[in-house]
Amino acid sequence: MKLPSFEFLRARSLAEAWALHSDAGGDAVYLSGGHSVVPSMALRLQAPSRLIDISQIAELHGVELQGETLRIGAMTRHAEVLANPLIARHAPLLSRAAPHVAHPAIRNRGTIGGNLALADPASEFPAAVLAMRAELEVMGPEGRRMIAADDFFLDLYETALIPGEVLTAIHVPLPPEGRVFGFDEIARRRGDYAMVGVAAQADMSDGVVSDASVTLFSVGVTPMRAAAAQDALEGAPLSTDSIARAQAALATDLDPPDDPGFPAERRLQLARVLLGRVLTRMEAVQ
Amino acid sequence: MKVMLSTTVNGEQVQEAVLPRTSLADFLREDLGLTGTHLGCEMGACGACLVLMDGVPVHACLVLAVQAEGSTVETIEGLNETGAAADLQARFHDRNALQCGFCTNGMLMSAQALLEANPAPTRDEIRDALSGNYCRCTGYEAIVDAIDTTARDRAARTEAAK
Repeated sequence: MKLPSFEFLRARSLAEAWALHSDAGGDAVYLSGGHSVVPSMALRLQAPSRLIDISQIAELHGVELQGETLRIGAMTRHAEVLANPLIARHAPLLSRAAPHVAHPAIRNRGTIGGNLALADPASEFPAAVLAMRAELEVMGPEGRRMIAADDFFLDLYETALIPGEVLTAIHVPLPPEGRVFGFDEIARRRGDYAMVGVAAQADMSDGVVSDASVTLFSVGVTPMRAAAAQDALEGAPLSTDSIARAQAALATDLDPPDDPGFPAERRLQLARVLLGRVLTRMEAVQ
Repeated sequence: MKVMLSTTVNGEQVQEAVLPRTSLADFLREDLGLTGTHLGCEMGACGACLVLMDGVPVHACLVLAVQAEGSTVETIEGLNETGAAADLQARFHDRNALQCGFCTNGMLMSAQALLEANPAPTRDEIRDALSGNYCRCTGYEAIVDAIDTTARDRAARTEAAK
């Protein structure tokens, strides 16, 4: 379907973006890559009277080390996430998630900030930032806020962003030596929405796990932290036994939706299988 | 209200007033008469509308024409004119890598961009690059063959030129 009519304005600065948003009385949507906004408007899921193009605002661009964190500008496109060596080195869950995000042409336009702000529960990057304990940098007329990924995803397509605020960057704490990572998903078709997905990391010292971080996606209304599975891994080597305990613990962590062609019990079983695979293959970045 | 759009399409500077709701695909087809860019799903799933924007494939149905401001766009007509993909097109023809041909232009865009970025792709990499291109007539085997053969031909020509 063709898009409904709207007014298109290009913001050159964050202050201009906020002003344009405020002028529209809230009936405005920020446009970065447009690869969620445009199709959702074509489907009449939303019909804002104004689109504010924020793609050329300098603060939203760039990937750089800042002290103990890697700052990834919100306008970083999925294809850049996939190719960027700093991300591969310091935020490997994102580079491992990126090949699963839609198809190459979509990855050329879609942006990580747009993806996180949309908060699709079947999407890969939200689970990855949650697993990495990243912080999301958000800027609005009231100033800058840093929001822990754990506090950002509130409900189905609902985030902690206040209307008018712009998600400006993702801050990923640099991983210590010995951290291992794993990411995978099960989808019906390459690039399709995951039926279930896992992003995990853990610190290994003397062969023993500490600070395990396990998240799942496409298992509920938001990406989810699997706290019981994390606890099950803690203080033990990554072995068949500890992995089996983590798999069993998922029943405590998850309460997947029961939908007609995909019963909750099947989704939970797929999550257990996938978690087993991911934990078995966890590896350090070379 | 219309917005002035200034962009480069197939090497030519274009200035047009467009409605913000106009997709790049509709702009190319209706304003510029470049109907080689096909519209299938208009949802970013089928890949029939792929064009090269600043050198990489994008869905012209998901890009607003106004977002192409200052960009370089290349369509199948552009590839025809420059002959950049003539060998690829010949291999598609040889291998009968199409039936109705509706998806072919998008396939060529994906294939051309893949071979630019990765001159010696594996068959898996070819399939991955085509994962956003639907062919509803036949299968992908002949298409993968045509791209695979083109990659080998180009490598052989490069080698011969040395």
